[in-house]
Amino acid sequence: MKFNLPLLFLIVFATPVAADELVVYSARNEQLIKPLFDAYTAETGTEIKFITDKAGPLLARLKAEGAGTRADLLLTVDAGNLWKAAQDGVLTSVRSNTLDQNIPSHLRDPDGKWFGLSVRARTIVYSTERVKPGELSTYEALAEPQWKGRLCLRTSKKVYNQSLIATMIARHGADATRKVVEGWIANLATSVFSNDTKVMQAIAAGQCDVGIVNTYYFGRLLKKDPKLALALFWPNQDAGGVHVNVSGAGIVRHAKHADAAQKFLEWLSEEKAQRMFADGNLEYPANPNVEAHATVKTWGDFKQDATNLSAAGRLQVEAIKLMDQAGYK
Amino acid sequence: MSSTSAMATPSPGIGEWLDVNVGLWRLASFMVAAIVAAPLLVLASAWLVPSSELWAHLADTVLLGLIRNTLVLTISVGLGVTVIGTGLAWLTAMCEFPGRRVFDWALMLPLAVPAYVLAFVMIGLLDFSGPVQSWLRGVFGKDVWFPPIRSEGGVILVMVLAFYPYVYMLARAAFLSQGRSMLETGRLFGLSPARSFMRVTLPMARPAIAAGVALALMETLADFGAVSVFNYDTFTTAIYKAWFGFFNLNVAAQLATVLLLFVAVALYAERRLRGDARYHVSLKVARDVPYQLRGGKAVMAFSVSALVVGVAFVIPLIQLALWGLSVAAEEIDARYLRFLGNTLALGALAALVTTIAALLLSYTYRLRPDRITQGAVRTATLGYALPGSVLAVGVMISFVWLDARIASISLHMLDVTVGPLLTGTVVALILAYAVRFLAVAYGPVDSAFERIRPSVLQVARCLGAGNMAILRRISIPMLRTGLVSALLLVFVEVMKEMPATLLLRPFGWTTLATRIFELTSEGEWERAALPAVTLVLAGLIPVVLLVRRTAPR
Repeated sequence: MKFNLPLLFLIVFATPVAADELVVYSARNEQLIKPLFDAYTAETGTEIKFITDKAGPLLARLKAEGAGTRADLLLTVDAGNLWKAAQDGVLTSVRSNTLDQNIPSHLRDPDGKWFGLSVRARTIVYSTERVKPGELSTYEALAEPQWKGRLCLRTSKKVYNQSLIATMIARHGADATRKVVEGWIANLATSVFSNDTKVMQAIAAGQCDVGIVNTYYFGRLLKKDPKLALALFWPNQDAGGVHVNVSGAGIVRHAKHADAAQKFLEWLSEEKAQRMFADGNLEYPANPNVEAHATVKTWGDFKQDATNLSAAGRLQVEAIKLMDQAGYK
Repeated sequence: MSSTSAMATPSPGIGEWLDVNVGLWRLASFMVAAIVAAPLLVLASAWLVPSSELWAHLADTVLLGLIRNTLVLTISVGLGVTVIGTGLAWLTAMCEFPGRRVFDWALMLPLAVPAYVLAFVMIGLLDFSGPVQSWLRGVFGKDVWFPPIRSEGGVILVMVLAFYPYVYMLARAAFLSQGRSMLETGRLFGLSPARSFMRVTLPMARPAIAAGVALALMETLADFGAVSVFNYDTFTTAIYKAWFGFFNLNVAAQLATVLLLFVAVALYAERRLRGDARYHVSLKVARDVPYQLRGGKAVMAFSVSALVVGVAFVIPLIQLALWGLSVAAEEIDARYLRFLGNTLALGALAALVTTIAALLLSYTYRLRPDRITQGAVRTATLGYALPGSVLAVGVMISFVWLDARIASISLHMLDVTVGPLLTGTVVALILAYAVRFLAVAYGPVDSAFERIRPSVLQVARCLGAGNMAILRRISIPMLRTGLVSALLLVFVEVMKEMPATLLLRPFGWTTLATRIFELTSEGEWERAALPAVTLVLAGLIPVVLLVRRTAPR
């Protein structure tokens, strides 16, 4: 009997090309995205395969795989990494009226290479026992001497702080921003923390009085311990607005299912998915016509910083250098 | 009767007396070394790109500080694990005191606790807002002083407690195989017990202790999790900062190769210092009559052992269990059986592959310890010192490259389109683990080899035994303890491994470690306690086996 090697090879190794399949590389974690994938599969029959990892390794993999990649969509939890992915040429431009209508222009790439899908607001948290909201005004004001020994911050290695400083540079320039950062460092009550929750616990325990955190960490902590004497303050309402970042996605340049990926992306920007996307982590929907979770709404309305988020990526390197120089660890 | 030839002439290699095809063994070893070298070369190739102005920024701002931190951390953890690991091994192997039988294995348990978990639990308990300080403030007023846990001392303490079991395990095996006779020999020459220990026992156990310390230090240098929890800047945090913050994977890879060079030089220096000394002793694993500790000494031995096990294992486990219980209702379900199954399967498979590779390398080196073979061995055991994600990317890039070659060959020669055969399959994952953990397997295997007298192999050869027969009937049985240690150590390490698993796993695959990542990536540390505690408990299986299989009979 003649041994048919090519056929055997085909049977064993060839990739079956399923008609309705999407492959997602996600830096947003499984328990937040899986429910959305499942809902989409139930609705449309499109199967979604995915892996999760940090954005850095996923991007390295996309670049290494190049045209051979199986990925259709890249999902991250900050705009900086989406900006970098677009810079590195692994994302493709999307023209979609649905996306342009549903996602405000400052939350998406001007070239349509990525779109914010949920908003993560980074704001001021304070002790209701030792601080009156009237004493608070802006992020920049936390650099003033009245806060000496009363401020707690998270490490500058976290991208949320890097984005905050990057947008500040976009607004005020590097010199003014450096003065603010130096003022913050002079006001620190203790060495910087490795996460937002620790910042809030330190404030609650009396180690410091104010801090800067993402709102969903606040929501999560308060849910566990509603008695904590902490509250959120929306800064910069007269100038600039509250710093926001996004969790978002872009379609991979070498996507094998680009049309299906675009349909999925559009579906993610519509009401039902927007609710699931934001509520799963107490974030804000990116689509302004979709209401936030009831818990989130109790924190009040605020004006967002309307600077386009590509600035967060573009100025991230400069922001980190500035923080290094200012001694922000 | 044990015999030693600590000043023997350099061995020409047992290949001289064996009628074997040394070339074939060497070829196989070189292939193993090449698989490990590929990702390292990928990283080294970063130097081909023109140097970045980022170096100037790092040099101006943070480089000096983080080199200082890295040195302080390495030296302090090195001293700490040597003293604690060797001291405790001496107590449980050579002495008798209340509780010794339990501590003998219990002191291994911290091996199952990932360092970043210990770091997180310690800070959670001992920081200003934690229960201990809150309670103290409640009792003694709000100005009560407490040593700051988020400090250099804190991070050193956590790493010593997390990594001393490597030294403990290997030193314990060495002490057991030496038996008491070595110490008695010293005493016959008029040395006090303490001096006899320092002059005879300790030097004899040096290869084992050095292997343990080397593992602990490579683990320290590569650690990202624990130092991040402490926000303590080291060389490794700078590598990640260059990559994730400055978006510069190239500079990250360059920094990583500098780190690797540092490790290579340190390992080389240790071997040079050891010189040509040989450490052959008989392979008797049996307890001689132990030193009976009484009174104050017994109390001390008990207290120190209990303190170490308590802080490094019992307290973190209790804290994890409490957190785990509080979230069990929303977190645990049938998926956990699959996570556990995936974790155990990967661990077992990778342990087998890696240990076989280590055996191959070590044996080939014994056959012909020339420079080329030595170079192959050194290369193959370097992967452990690299931060996990960096090595994972190196491995990923080399596999993607290989996949592309395979795909183009199959397209052109067979006209068949194939998807990636390695990337995203279990094969890639197992190879990645082998690359990373070969040093872990090599340490115990090699130090076991070190203690076998070449004369045994000579005699076997004279009696007509072939190469395979020698490996199967003499080497492997005599190496049993070392091989079992290697298997189980790699097993535990693979179970805890996160970065390579995340990047190279098949779609939809979840292990306990990746589950921890999913939860901690958004700061849900308490929910992560459930997979963490499952991981620790699953990790106990190999650890307990490890101790029982290497226990004196």
